[in-house]
Amino acid sequence: MIGFNISKRFIRVWQRNLRVYKKTWKISFVPPLLEPLFYLAAFGVGLGGLVGVLSYDGKATAYTAYIAPALIAINIMQSSFFENTFGSFVRMYYQKTFDAMLATPLTIEEIITGEILWGATKAVIGTALMMIIITCFGLLHFPEALLLLPVAFLGGFAFACAGMVCTSIVPTIETLNVPIFLFITPMFLFSGTFFPLDNLPGWAQLFAKTLPLTHLVELCRAFALGRPSWSNLIAIAYLTIWCVITFPIAITGMRRRLVR
Amino acid sequence: MAAIIEVENLRKSYGSAVAVDGISFTVQAGECFGLLGPNGAGKTTTIRMLYGFTPRESGRLRLFGTDCDGAWRSIKAKIGVCQQEDNLDPDLTVRQNLETFAAYFNIPSNLVNDRVMSLLQFTALEGREHANVMELSGGLKRRLVLARALLNEPQLLILDEPTSGLDPQSRHQLWSRLDELKQRGLTTLLTTHYMDEAQRLCDRLIIMDQGKILIEGAPLDLIQEHVGKSVIEVIAPCSELRQVLKEKGVAYEDVGQRLIIYSHDGENLYRDLLGEHCREGCMLRPATLEDVFLRLTGRELRE
Repeated sequence: MIGFNISKRFIRVWQRNLRVYKKTWKISFVPPLLEPLFYLAAFGVGLGGLVGVLSYDGKATAYTAYIAPALIAINIMQSSFFENTFGSFVRMYYQKTFDAMLATPLTIEEIITGEILWGATKAVIGTALMMIIITCFGLLHFPEALLLLPVAFLGGFAFACAGMVCTSIVPTIETLNVPIFLFITPMFLFSGTFFPLDNLPGWAQLFAKTLPLTHLVELCRAFALGRPSWSNLIAIAYLTIWCVITFPIAITGMRRRLVR
Repeated sequence: MAAIIEVENLRKSYGSAVAVDGISFTVQAGECFGLLGPNGAGKTTTIRMLYGFTPRESGRLRLFGTDCDGAWRSIKAKIGVCQQEDNLDPDLTVRQNLETFAAYFNIPSNLVNDRVMSLLQFTALEGREHANVMELSGGLKRRLVLARALLNEPQLLILDEPTSGLDPQSRHQLWSRLDELKQRGLTTLLTTHYMDEAQRLCDRLIIMDQGKILIEGAPLDLIQEHVGKSVIEVIAPCSELRQVLKEKGVAYEDVGQRLIIYSHDGENLYRDLLGEHCREGCMLRPATLEDVFLRLTGRELRE
């Protein structure tokens, strides 16, 4: 079967997840509020004392201001990726939520689309919360920083698709640690998050440029610090193409897994 | 009467294993139709093909007089399904489960509240609407699954082992609900491992084994045809009894310490046996669907 059977009914799946989220929002709100505090304290105040000021985009930039946008990018990656790996896997495998949905007029394509959109939505919610905290540190430059919200949706969608592709493949929930170890953790460290890519050897810089988080970090930093440029279009194009490729792979994979 | 389900030569295999091997049957409006068979007979696969969960490999499938291909969304809107596994949404309360499911069917929000309330009443779940699904007992969960399957006011209700694992009270409660639905004219398709359940609920049924239909008919007709009116069971039979039965040409099954004798003239045979061959441990009982089932599908374990 080629061709996807998607109507706007996917919104029902998204609403289901929102409904569950609303029940636990008090807990769900804690990590995006506390995480930037911890990181800014440890890396910014602790490590920042050693690093001091570094040069970004040809301008001297405080280390805390340098890493704060990266923290947002990392949160976008993790919240959407985790939602559509562990979250979706539990709903699919343990709770049989998708099986129940498939006995209704919902199609598999709508279920997976709703799930992925929910992953992206969580990234946006997390970003908004983090922006509040980081604004308190005076590290966001408005109004440009407001562009972080659409960026969170784009990046969240990209990593949600990646997560869903993993969910469609892994035999057990434990196996999800493999993509986290091989894909998420290296990106967390080597995508221009905590130090400039220029500090890496040439080949590693090139490799980093192939990773989605590198582009997401670049976008977040440019908008958070109020220094957008035309070169950001490359990062936007990269993430868009990433979505265009991984979204159908995710749906096809989940169809193969669920429709037997 | 209009046919609600028309199945013709339905087939499904997984690799080299054939799950459903070219079965055909028709279910009329208002009927309760049973799908019986040992584990692995292909019941659940058949049912899943009927509500569009599993794509069929070949064969024709018409529901409500419409060819299913390309029409699944409108067909599914008219079907209510109680799947075998418990797949209520554990993240939501009883009421939220129903409301969320109503949304999947795009039921207009001004209708949802009334339907939810009347279904909670119908399944005797009022007062528990704010309970967490995880806190419900097995019987309550099943009732909620039934309520959920009725939300879209289906024209066809599909029940995959609806009473497995329930205590007798819960089973009878569920049966009486199903009776009531039948009174209202709802067409029902059900699978079960409980022969008493099938005998009580089904107008007609099929017994499947290894993906094929063995027999089809009304429960009492099938009993009459394949077993007779009554069955004689002899516990610890004496050795000459088998010889006597062979001479008389009476069909019996030898289950080690027990003989099960099928005879259309059970009462006379029983009197003979009681007088001559066995003083005790011999009993005459009405034949049941379980006798038919075991006779046709054998007594060996399947899994």
